Amino acid sequence: MSGYLLEIAPAYPEIFLLIATCVVLLIDLFIKDDHRILTYIITQISLLITAWLVFTGTDTTTVVTIFNDMFVADPMARVLKISMILITIAVFAYSRPYLKERKLFKGELFTLGMFALLGMMVMVSAKTILLVYLGLELLSLSLYAMVAFRRNDGIASEAAMKYFVLGAIASGMLLYGMSIIYGLSGSLNLDMIATNLAAQDSLMGNIGLLLGLSFILVGLGFKLGVVPFHMWIPDVYHGSPTAMTMFLGAAPKIAVFAMVIRLLVEGLGGMSDGWQQILVLLAALSLFVGNVIAIAQTNLKRMLAYSTISHMGFVAMGILAANEAGYAASMFYIITYAIISMGGFAVIIFLSSKKSEADDLSDLKGLGTRHPWIAFMMLLFLFSMAGIPPTVGFYAKLAVIEAVVGADLVWLAVFAVIMSVIGAYYYLRAIKIMYFEQSNKDIAPSYASLEFGALLSLNGLAVLALGLLPGGLMAICVNSIKAIL
Amino acid sequence: MFDGYLLSVLVWLPIIGGIAVLFAPEKRVVRPLALVVSVLTFIFSLPLWTGFSPVGSAMQFVELAPWIETYKINYHLAVDGISMPLILLNTFTTVLIVIAGWEVIQKKPGHYMAAFLIMEGIINGVFAAQDAMLFYVFFEAMLIPMFIVIGIWGGDNRIYATIKFFLYTFFGSVFMLVSLLYMYWQGGSFAIADLHTLKLEMTPQILIFLSFLIAFGVKVPMWPVHTWLPDAHVQAPTGGSVVLAAIMLKIGGYGFLRFSLPMVPDAAQELAWLVIFMSLVAVVYIGFIALVQSDMKKLVAYSSIAHMGFVTLGFFVIYPIVAQQGVDDVNSALAIQGGMVQMVSHGFISGAMFLSIGVLYDRMHTREIEAYGGVVNRMPIFGAFFILFAMANTGLPGTSGFVGEFMVILASFKANFWIAFLAATTLIVGAAYTLWLVKRVILGDIANDNVAALKDLNRREFFMMAVLAIAVIILGLWPNPLTHIMSDSISHLIEQATTSKLLTP
Repeated sequence: MSGYLLEIAPAYPEIFLLIATCVVLLIDLFIKDDHRILTYIITQISLLITAWLVFTGTDTTTVVTIFNDMFVADPMARVLKISMILITIAVFAYSRPYLKERKLFKGELFTLGMFALLGMMVMVSAKTILLVYLGLELLSLSLYAMVAFRRNDGIASEAAMKYFVLGAIASGMLLYGMSIIYGLSGSLNLDMIATNLAAQDSLMGNIGLLLGLSFILVGLGFKLGVVPFHMWIPDVYHGSPTAMTMFLGAAPKIAVFAMVIRLLVEGLGGMSDGWQQILVLLAALSLFVGNVIAIAQTNLKRMLAYSTISHMGFVAMGILAANEAGYAASMFYIITYAIISMGGFAVIIFLSSKKSEADDLSDLKGLGTRHPWIAFMMLLFLFSMAGIPPTVGFYAKLAVIEAVVGADLVWLAVFAVIMSVIGAYYYLRAIKIMYFEQSNKDIAPSYASLEFGALLSLNGLAVLALGLLPGGLMAICVNSIKAIL
Repeated sequence: MFDGYLLSVLVWLPIIGGIAVLFAPEKRVVRPLALVVSVLTFIFSLPLWTGFSPVGSAMQFVELAPWIETYKINYHLAVDGISMPLILLNTFTTVLIVIAGWEVIQKKPGHYMAAFLIMEGIINGVFAAQDAMLFYVFFEAMLIPMFIVIGIWGGDNRIYATIKFFLYTFFGSVFMLVSLLYMYWQGGSFAIADLHTLKLEMTPQILIFLSFLIAFGVKVPMWPVHTWLPDAHVQAPTGGSVVLAAIMLKIGGYGFLRFSLPMVPDAAQELAWLVIFMSLVAVVYIGFIALVQSDMKKLVAYSSIAHMGFVTLGFFVIYPIVAQQGVDDVNSALAIQGGMVQMVSHGFISGAMFLSIGVLYDRMHTREIEAYGGVVNRMPIFGAFFILFAMANTGLPGTSGFVGEFMVILASFKANFWIAFLAATTLIVGAAYTLWLVKRVILGDIANDNVAALKDLNRREFFMMAVLAIAVIILGLWPNPLTHIMSDSISHLIEQATTSKLLTP
């Protein structure tokens, strides 16, 4: 028995999280509404323990597979899991005041969030396409429910509906692609798929494989939110309660990145010529559409949604470079982007009042005078999204562009930097509104609790600190990618 | 003191000082604290001059530490004879800016001072960086404080101006980033010294040269990408205009010397005609545009573009000179030295001109030339200073403005008579717009009651003016210390710029 327990040790964090989620679900039944804070505290503690289990249970070089090679614990999974858990903890902490004001501070939300996290962790550690899919569905179903959480709100329900329908189509596409690949390679295991495909000659001439690859890319494109599969992003970002948008825009992106690496690089690495060409198109279109349409947005959440699309274009660029440097660059990008985007939505939460959402660009007016420190944090987030040094966003873009130049795609690098300049415009416009314009509205008091302020400061200073000394995180990303290839 | 860390001190002292000013608990201490920081930085920059050995072209005051090891990016600071005077110019100018904003800036003085101090540190970093990526980081980071300075303390149309400024310069620099990354993949290093020796084929060289031309050409600014400058200058507060004109434009010129000429010499030779053409357009055409301006700041802004045209002309005219006179001809060194002297001198003169306009603006709250007339009757001391700076701006012998222009024109004669001829027209056009400005603003009868109510310089303003006047005259009469310091570095640069490093496939 103990031998078996030892054998499944790499999956302890997931197992613990599952148990903790069930415990939270049960405990919450017996807690009265005014003691709901207890659920919150238990959730946060279990998440911290999960992070600690990941941290101690694995190390930075070894790759361990268990459950008949279905589940892998490797350095990349370790880094991504820890980032996702910490981001989830931060998101819960950020959203507490917001949810309380709106009477959304319910136990279900935390269990849903934990289930979503569990799904993400399974995705990150999946070594068979079936497990990838299972993790993804666990994540998606939790997210649909979270988006619809404000169920008496029309926009939120519409967003959830759109998200659900499009998400289901995407999952279907992905599953179809997976089934074709399974049929042609004869295995569900990603390593086996790679080995079996390597034994076949002229992969790119095999129409069936190309078809499977295309379906998988469509599915991944949907989940990543790259053009032309981006339609759901603005509506869902806009319609969801801001706290949910914040969650949606941060941790799941990291998990989807892991899914892309597992499927495309580990499983279909032999077909990189194929997916590279498709990703070039998706990346270039995302950069263009995301940055140009964002200019026309007056709603801050929609603007950030389009900005996400362009950022995912950058992530796709790193992956399509199809070399170690590129994957590491994308990994760095996605982790730092999650941190930055979380901060951006946190400021929107900060601005909202009890009655109304402050998600319009004009709500930023006069923030520089009213709350100089918060405005400075927002300045850091926006400059970071624009990719201006010394914020971390610059190094993320730098690493990706460097990988793309290294892959002899100089034209794409040039295109990307031009798009960055276009993107800089709408970030600057937000900064302009924040600092150079004065508000003419009555300003509702905001939830500037000490906890919230401290977290936001930490978030903002992390963006700056990682910008001044990006070497550490960059090295972690490079090493963990090296370890899995 | 701080041996071995002098450059780091010059970069970080003003930045940390600026943050301290930002968070200063009491409004009262903001201005003195900013002054102390800027003066300290200036004092710490003096050992650069005294401890600098002008013999040889080796980098001095070297600091080297790994920064982002994955990409072999180092925190590598050092100076040579080209960058050292520019750092001194920067630390010197910042002291004046703090003094200039002392009473004038009433809206958030702490933020204002902090922005300029942080900018000072970043610009020192630009001049001292010996790693291309470090250079780029400083180069871009500089935009943030300037964006805020123009946007918060600028004139009525400040938001348009500041966004235009930011996007223009950002657009210029991103292509340079791609070029640097390309060279990194070719040579495996971001160290500027390594990039200097990296051999490249002609097509990449041309493309890299063009990307540098966009980046630095926007910064200088060269015709036809100069249009952000008049807007930014007119809208910026006095301090912002001074930093822009005196320091930021120099970064463009410095970039040509540090990047374009030595890194892609073959492309530079091939396309020197283009840069010379653009410079001459700036000198002649922009000069005429300056003539018709009705706004004083705009006039000086256009005159800045014309003067910076001399700088780029001096840097690139070496190619025709070498082609006709051979590598050993002294005139190519003369041309680059002339460009460098012109940069330093323009730093003093344009700074002085903008400060003078600031003095008038603080009293009258208008920059329209028509609103003035006969100022000298009420402000005789100011009038004297203004006329001195105006004369320096036209390039009167005995002032610093003369030295650089004269050296460049003299060297240009060896390249081509017509280049020299066109460049020399500035002596007429420049004199025309500057003297006409003096006539309309300073001289004549008192134009209206507002002018009649003017008061002459106070002690603070007198101090700024006097310091700049001394600098302009000393550099004009005795430029030797400056040219002596850079001569070895420039000889080395010319050697690099004229030695082909073409990679034959």
